[in-house]
Amino acid sequence: MSDAREPVTGIEAPVYLQYQFTAGRAPSRFLSALKQGRLTGQRCPGCSQVYIPPRGACPACGIATEEEVTLSNKATVQSFTIVYIPIPGNPIKPPYIVANLVPDGANISFIHLLSECVNEEVHIGQRVEAVWKPEAEWDYKMDNILYYKPLEEPDVPVEMIGKLGVDGLEGKQS
Amino acid sequence: MSVQARDIAIVAFHQSDCQASAGATNEVELIMPEIRAVMDQVGLRNAQDVDFVCSGSCDYLQGAAFAFVAGVDALGAVPPIRESHVEMDAAWALYESVLKIRMGHADSALIYGFAKSSPGELPIVLSQQLDPYYLAPLWVDTVSLAALQARLMLDAGKITEADMAAVVSRSRHNAMNNPHAQLAGEVSVESLLAQQHFVSPLRRHDCCPVSDGASAMIIATVEQAKAWGKPYAILRGIDHRIESHNLCTRDLTESPSTRRAAEAAGVADGAVDVAELYAPFSHQEIILSRALGLGEGTSVNPSGGVLAGNLMMASGLSRVGEVFQRIVSGEARRGVAHATSGPCLQHNLVAVVEAA
Amino acid sequence: MSPTEVLSEAFELGFTYTRSTGPVVGRFLTGLRDRRIEGVRASDGRVMVPPMEYDPDTAAALDDFVEVGQQGEIVSWCWVSEPRKAHPLQQPFAWAMIRLDGADVPMIHCVSAASEDQLATGARVQVRWAEETRGHIADIACFELAEVAQ
Ligand SMILES: [Zn+2]
Repeated sequence: MSDAREPVTGIEAPVYLQYQFTAGRAPSRFLSALKQGRLTGQRCPGCSQVYIPPRGACPACGIATEEEVTLSNKATVQSFTIVYIPIPGNPIKPPYIVANLVPDGANISFIHLLSECVNEEVHIGQRVEAVWKPEAEWDYKMDNILYYKPLEEPDVPVEMIGKLGVDGLEGKQS
Repeated sequence: MSVQARDIAIVAFHQSDCQASAGATNEVELIMPEIRAVMDQVGLRNAQDVDFVCSGSCDYLQGAAFAFVAGVDALGAVPPIRESHVEMDAAWALYESVLKIRMGHADSALIYGFAKSSPGELPIVLSQQLDPYYLAPLWVDTVSLAALQARLMLDAGKITEADMAAVVSRSRHNAMNNPHAQLAGEVSVESLLAQQHFVSPLRRHDCCPVSDGASAMIIATVEQAKAWGKPYAILRGIDHRIESHNLCTRDLTESPSTRRAAEAAGVADGAVDVAELYAPFSHQEIILSRALGLGEGTSVNPSGGVLAGNLMMASGLSRVGEVFQRIVSGEARRGVAHATSGPCLQHNLVAVVEAA
Repeated sequence: MSPTEVLSEAFELGFTYTRSTGPVVGRFLTGLRDRRIEGVRASDGRVMVPPMEYDPDTAAALDDFVEVGQQGEIVSWCWVSEPRKAHPLQQPFAWAMIRLDGADVPMIHCVSAASEDQLATGARVQVRWAEETRGHIADIACFELAEVAQ
């Protein structure tokens, strides 16, 4: 039996693998606190830096971070980008802002959305605050915080970003 | 080969427990205690105090892309360090580190491997390392391939099922002295043979368990080891060889790649007191013992070997570490460590470790 | 420090790869689509099925194709009493190394049989083709015991 079709030059080779992912000790504690409406970081016993989200180690010192620190809902914009490309499955309509934010009390930034803002006026050093979902909807998820919105507070000087204590610019430095 | 050029000293080793599931522990949390332990053994602070770092792991095991990059968080990589990674067992990370030191590019190295296989179905995950046209699309699992190998040996009269059970019985017995073992206890050959088959001719106990954990090692030049002032053993020889990916063109009842690697590593240059062999299936320990020419005078897998707990991607490094510990403790003067990779002992590494 | 809950979640990792076959694998898979099995002759004269692109001993490029039979004998086998979800058969079955008539090097594929005691090393098996062939190793749905001993 011959076949008039073209010779085979390729195959479909899909690979689907099933896993049961576990978050790790430090991320699990972070997510559990989020479910209770608290943003937390972990402090390095060596260099005192506070990491968010914590992974259980200070990458600079290579030692375990154990001390949990409750962080402020207030944060500072360290950097940002305006996204004009729609992303499949993403309910947010472009253009929107994705920012590196340092919560007061932490020393490194994490990534979240900015909203209720004029995109063109967003700037580095700007003060912002977390907008949480209603408590009934809190889960082990980062999107318990819907987004951050601008605060009427003086900008943080660039050299001070990532160095604020949990009480912000007015409070003592961490 | 200029084996004599720069002798390598193994200075520190530590391995975690082999756990069926490390549960809520991420890569960094698995690795960090092992790295801390070897650092403390030598009296070092962190990876800043060694010249080179190399790790072995496979992201497919836990399904977390670039998990090995996250692993660097365990090192203390500020300011930046010289670091490398093999998507293989960390025994090959040891090999890379040895080359680095022999070439004079480093005087010391930290090596670690980590395994979190419990999140996935390991034998199925490993099927995807096979030929991508002929075997991977059929999802031929690693246990089944090992079973085909065992049947070839049984049919050829090279082993009996009782021989296989004897390997398991000795592994479980030896593992009673290994605090990190997952499976240990007194089990008779008769009781093992009374168990039903799993993937015949293999029974469940002929197959290593799936384990989570990590291990770490520090090696250095002999001069550096002396400067540190800690007991050390000499890595006298190390070599690795690979066979065809086409299982059916190989003689699966023997291991010519192990034999070649053993010759190059100098296994036959002296008596072998102890051997730690990476045999994930009972019949493979017999193949390996024969390929290495081990006799009555050698204690094989005194730790219980990987049948007592298999840290995929760290077990090979741990075999070298187990031999190192027995030599430093004075229990043995000369030993052989073996690591394997790929289906049915496709790729094999052999190391010779001697008392300083 | 609050106690650690174990947070875990099932997920699927998917790679939607396509692969180019090249002339040797492509010819073999084209043959399967036509319900023919072709091997290749190695430098030492051995016929290898499925064909390899390069000789495992000499690394020479191989292109001497040979059609082989659709029956063969079991060289080794194992019985999977509890098939895994990913496996091609969901009833207990065997994986086997099968030396097809006219081939020297066996191939690995699955064998469907009612029970383990029907199988043995040396048993004759034959191809069962998939209902629709498409140029894929699974065009051979499985092997089954040969109806007539040759
Ligand atoms: Zn630190």
